[in-house]
Amino acid sequence: MGMTITEKILARHAGLDFVEPGQLIEADVDMVLGNDITAPVAIKEFLKLGLDEVFDREKIALVPDHFTPNKDIPSAEQVKVVREFARKYGIKNYFEIGEMGVEHCLLPEKGLVAPGELVIGADSHTCTYGALGAFSTGVGSTDMAAAMATGKVWLKVPPSLKFIFYGKLQPWVSGKDLILYTIGDIGVDGARYKAMEFTGETISSLSMDSRFSMCNMAIEAGGKNGIIAPDEKTLEYVKGRVKRSFHVYESDSDAVYEEIYEYDTSKIEPQVAFPHLPENTKPISEVGDVKIDQVVIGSCTNGRMEDLRTAADILRGRKVHPEVRVIIIPGTQEIYLQALREGLIEVFIEAGCAVSTPTCGPCLGGHMGILAKGEKAVATTNRNFVGRMGHPESEVYLSNPAVAAASAVLGRIASPEEVR
Amino acid sequence: MEFEGRAFKFGDDIDTDAIIPARYLNTSDPKELAKHCMEDADPQFPKKVKPGDIIVAGKNFGCGSSREHAPLAIKGAGVSCVIAESFARIFYRNSINIGLPIFESPEASKRIQDGDMVRVNAEEGLIINLTRGESYRAAPFPEFMREIISAGGLMQYVAERMKKNV
Repeated sequence: MGMTITEKILARHAGLDFVEPGQLIEADVDMVLGNDITAPVAIKEFLKLGLDEVFDREKIALVPDHFTPNKDIPSAEQVKVVREFARKYGIKNYFEIGEMGVEHCLLPEKGLVAPGELVIGADSHTCTYGALGAFSTGVGSTDMAAAMATGKVWLKVPPSLKFIFYGKLQPWVSGKDLILYTIGDIGVDGARYKAMEFTGETISSLSMDSRFSMCNMAIEAGGKNGIIAPDEKTLEYVKGRVKRSFHVYESDSDAVYEEIYEYDTSKIEPQVAFPHLPENTKPISEVGDVKIDQVVIGSCTNGRMEDLRTAADILRGRKVHPEVRVIIIPGTQEIYLQALREGLIEVFIEAGCAVSTPTCGPCLGGHMGILAKGEKAVATTNRNFVGRMGHPESEVYLSNPAVAAASAVLGRIASPEEVR
Repeated sequence: MEFEGRAFKFGDDIDTDAIIPARYLNTSDPKELAKHCMEDADPQFPKKVKPGDIIVAGKNFGCGSSREHAPLAIKGAGVSCVIAESFARIFYRNSINIGLPIFESPEASKRIQDGDMVRVNAEEGLIINLTRGESYRAAPFPEFMREIISAGGLMQYVAERMKKNV
């Protein structure tokens, strides 16, 4: 019996020739990640073991990105805990604000994740790295602490769901729309505990940035991981970034899937997820008249170059609607710099947007764009739960960057076609 | 181990932002987090909940973020255990790892009403509804997880194993 790409990576890291869904394994980790919210709790737990060193100083990444630049005194204290731990234990991959980025944009960019590797992170969107053909999943702080000590994690091998995307994409449709559509179809627990394997001709045609967006939101369907088998685009992306050898896996032709979904992407319009769950999706043509107060373009879902270029294409030479506040957040310092070199930052500021240093900030209602009671925002982020971006009676509508930019111009949720 | 308390009933897909909103995550002190536990789902919950009380919810409880602050807030509020039709996977892991007792029981989730008095026998996985005179079964934990639970959480489990290896 064949194995899926997820099963192959798990088997290899557990030192086994074969694994099957439901099997409990102890696997070696290639990278352990934490941020300024989750790492302090992990560090507290780790220190209880009284160890002199971590399992591997090069295989831990600490990225203060949620409430940074430190938004208040308690946040500054939390980052201080992480910084001092990183110094004391010689953690190689600690990123201060001048070189940082939103963690899931940053790690691939820095070559810290390679195809075939196994990554755990104390952040639910760790599943992003599946776009590189790695197994990566979110865990809690205590799991992170145990992995920092032992280099191992216990995992249950998940059953795999296969999502086949075929057909030519409609204008303005990106990876974000494909994943929102998928979540709309299967629901926020449709892939609970399961591996989501994305494949098909449309996936091959997608950019790496769009693939990152897709795998990023696997958790929004309850998935354990999202994964796309590496191809030339993947290898091109990691070239020059990853300086160690790695292994490329793909699913066997006789691999077993719990379920197979097939989507004709030529029928998929840009999607908008209405409050208060990512599964509440509507095609843009059915959105109706929804006036908005704020637009956020950024996050680990959509803060990459493709996203900024798309937003700039729409905002170039136009003005943001006078009643809308627009916040653009490049995912990393490198993306920020590249956007500056391409003139995108100028486009944004001339259109009337605020541009921020990389941070998770408003995505989780931390800082840099909190909503007041009754306010509505269109965001390229990943969650629209009650109170996610501020007041419990505010609302978040999730979309791709093109829809967000068009909405910024028109002051209501709008199709990019309406401004072109 | 046995728990007894009043049931606080919640619906499906209760996310971690409802359990503990991110605006309070600039601390990880369970006592501080407890002051805002379940606030965006029921603003009165932190005031009403008493030590020993039980959260009963629908499917996919704890979906969303990986924040361990969610089970920490629930534990900090004095809640003795959580019963749900199903749990989101990271919340499930986190609860096992930090020693918050959780029980998966679609029947209990459906039958127990807000305010019912409930008793849970953890070893037997038996949930007794004292108000309605009914009992329900919880799904048993795999052997490996029982070891973590009986060690008192993942870190104690890891510490014990590291000691043995030396």
